[in-house]
Amino acid sequence: MSEEQIKSLEKQFEARIARDEKIEPKDWMPEKYRKTHIRQMSQHAHSEIVGMLPEGNWITRAPSLRRKVALLAKVQDEAGHGLYLYSATETLGISREEMYEQLHTGKAKYSSIFNYPTITWADMGAIGWLVDGAAIINQVPLCNTSYGPYARAMIRVCKEESFHQRQGYEIMIKLANGTPEQKEMAQDALNRWWWPSLMMLGPTDAESIHTEQSMKWKLKRKSNDDLRQQFIDQTVPQAELIGLTIPDPDLKWNEERKSYDFGAIDWDEFWQVVKGHGPMNKVRMKARVDAWENGKWVRDAAMAHAEKKQERKEKQAV
Amino acid sequence: MKNENLYNYILGIADNSLILGQRLGELTGHGPSLETDIACTNISLDLFGQVRSYFQYAAKIAGDERTEDDIAMLRKEREYKNVLLVEQPNTNFAYTLGRQFLFDVYHLAFLKELQKSADLTLSAIANKCIKEVSYHERFSSDWVKRLGDGTEESRAKMQEAINDLWTYTDELFHQTEADKTMVAEGIGVDVTKLKEAYYKNVSDLLLESTLEVPESKYFQKGGKQGIHTEHLGYLLSDLQYMQRTYPNMEW
Repeated sequence: MSEEQIKSLEKQFEARIARDEKIEPKDWMPEKYRKTHIRQMSQHAHSEIVGMLPEGNWITRAPSLRRKVALLAKVQDEAGHGLYLYSATETLGISREEMYEQLHTGKAKYSSIFNYPTITWADMGAIGWLVDGAAIINQVPLCNTSYGPYARAMIRVCKEESFHQRQGYEIMIKLANGTPEQKEMAQDALNRWWWPSLMMLGPTDAESIHTEQSMKWKLKRKSNDDLRQQFIDQTVPQAELIGLTIPDPDLKWNEERKSYDFGAIDWDEFWQVVKGHGPMNKVRMKARVDAWENGKWVRDAAMAHAEKKQERKEKQAV
Repeated sequence: MKNENLYNYILGIADNSLILGQRLGELTGHGPSLETDIACTNISLDLFGQVRSYFQYAAKIAGDERTEDDIAMLRKEREYKNVLLVEQPNTNFAYTLGRQFLFDVYHLAFLKELQKSADLTLSAIANKCIKEVSYHERFSSDWVKRLGDGTEESRAKMQEAINDLWTYTDELFHQTEADKTMVAEGIGVDVTKLKEAYYKNVSDLLLESTLEVPESKYFQKGGKQGIHTEHLGYLLSDLQYMQRTYPNMEW
């Protein structure tokens, strides 16, 4: 294809996006669009799968049968999200195996929040309330993103995430209204998860390298800093309502902006975790790699069995 | 307690689901593929759902302050009545699926009979569970076939798991005192009558999976009397951790 033809296709493509048309797998798309989507969507799928680990950590120790069932269902939902996000990404011409390979070798990233440990039951509440809360803020705009399979996957993901968020907040309510020990457990979890949750919405706009292009493709509709502000403004009253304190001495309502001012985020910590040196990076990755490698003989057996079955069927047909 | 036999009988049924559900819950996030991970988590979820129905009913029969969680999480090790089979560890995927298969075939046959119970609550619970357990049985049977008739490695692993777990199958058909009373009252299932069909169904599927049916006649028992393998204590320390560490709190 000549350069001129490509330019013309690109122009038509951008016009379609500007008209809010959905791009579908078989449509022509610029290579950069494909690559950017593979990067973001697989990162999103990986986050769901790695995100199963910190919560899976409490399934066997959930404090009541009701909570155990809810936690199992939640982690199962995350696996489901991973499954359809991987499938949606496959429509861009990459296999699930290749994506796993990228995850296991550290080439692909996942949300850095999952590199923090879950050390008490209250962490199940804090993750639902804060981490899923921040995820929803990130993801709701993606229900209208330009790539059709991603947008459709996100509609379903967001519905389930908002259920998880309410469920997490409900765990916190129960703790906050419980015994002094339970209340302390809830406050401690908020103290530990607050700042990582703010970081989860991404580096400040000045340092975010992908923002401009992603905005154009509707892969991003608000900047990281705007999303962060939205998260803070939404969450602070929820904490107040249940008598918990946000661990930020500089947090203050700004009447002029009609928003909360907040303290400085420790971006050194963020980059340390992103670069692979958070408290749980190595443990999380080992768990994923082990599951994959220990499961190889099972997947091989399933393939071999399917082939044998097919052969028998063909023989019978002859 | 007025109806202690019924109470014990329910615990005998429910503890199997409780302990097996707990075992499967250990695997969430660590399965050999996303699809099997989701399926095993789903089976765990079903089993805990069943446990809740049984224990809520048992709590009602007890008629005192105890709740479903007290029954699930605050008994001593010797008071758990599950069969030894379900507490066996997730040594590898062949053991997990082998354990599931050997239990599911029994569980399905048991629930079919429990549906006919003169106790309307138990028969209603059985009626609800049977749909789930039919799916469990299909899932675990399919996997035994895949692993048995898959690669050389998978066949060897599946055979080893079946050989090791076989010793725990006979206990499924032992009757406790509570069983006998409940059978006499038309409430309980006579498990001794399920034995023949069980071994036939299991053997047929093993042979179809190109596996050998173990010939060993040495069996282990004791779970139904609360005499467990060493594995159970560790499982319980996880299961009970929160209730023991933070007593008398609501979650």
